[in-house]
Amino acid sequence: MRKLLLLLPVLLWLSAVPASYGDDETSWLSFFDHKNEVAPVRDATYKKECGACHFPYQPGWLPQSAWQKLLAPSALADHFGEDAELPETTRRHILDYALLNAADKSSYKRSKKVMASLDKGEVPTRITDVAYIRRKHHEIPAALIKGDKVKSLSFCDACHTKAAEGVFDEDTVVIPGKGKWSW
Amino acid sequence: MNKYLRMIGALFLMLPVLSLAGIDQTIAHYTPQNGLGFSAQRGDTLWHRKNTAKDGKERDCTVCHGDDLKKPGKHIKTGKVIDPMAPSVNHKRFTDIDKVEKWFLRNCKWTFGRECTDQEKGDILKYLSQF
Repeated sequence: MRKLLLLLPVLLWLSAVPASYGDDETSWLSFFDHKNEVAPVRDATYKKECGACHFPYQPGWLPQSAWQKLLAPSALADHFGEDAELPETTRRHILDYALLNAADKSSYKRSKKVMASLDKGEVPTRITDVAYIRRKHHEIPAALIKGDKVKSLSFCDACHTKAAEGVFDEDTVVIPGKGKWSW
Repeated sequence: MNKYLRMIGALFLMLPVLSLAGIDQTIAHYTPQNGLGFSAQRGDTLWHRKNTAKDGKERDCTVCHGDDLKKPGKHIKTGKVIDPMAPSVNHKRFTDIDKVEKWFLRNCKWTFGRECTDQEKGDILKYLSQF
């Protein structure tokens, strides 16, 4: 029992860790957090509406200016050749969520890399046009991407097995028809 | 105990009826023009009517929904798998009017290049309710 009591302060300290990490980037505790990836989508409407047709890309892949453009009513009516119109309240909700979590508002590592790779004032309209994304995929032979299994770089979760959680680490990549990708 | 079992059994028997109520309620949301009423036959014609899109290719509802409505379809461009349209195998179909309206708006414009009228929506739903 006494031994357990001695452990108490340690247990208390440990239980406090999850509550504090992630809030302060400069804290040494950021070593433990997951901000080295991209913020996962936490909004049910965003996930449902965007995910009804394609992988619900995390807002942290594009700057606010891009979301503003992509999610305008007229843009949604011609969304890469598809009609993706939404009722105004839903569109507003999704746009607000995207703006709040856009790459230029995020402290996650990959969002910062996206921003660093863009030219000043550049407004990419496709995530696959972002220099950082292109650079990260340029070693992969085109033959592995084109074709029925993956189709294009737009299908994140075709290879990134933890894409939905916002995890894009190399270790989580399995390319259909090829298997684990090794660099 | 026996009474409860019988009640549960009765509820199960009501299931098909409940799912029918779903699509009928949705159809009731639309107003037919000139007292025409809705017709499955007109819906059938619309469903298979071919239109030439901006990209020069012909489109009708089946290009994405497939020929067998009891089986999943596949979007010709995005490859997205579309759940079966037949209410008999997909009980959730046509039970959410907001969802029905959202997709009518998108898909009528995509396929026909314009929005569908209430009459057309009712006819299409009447046609699909048979499956």
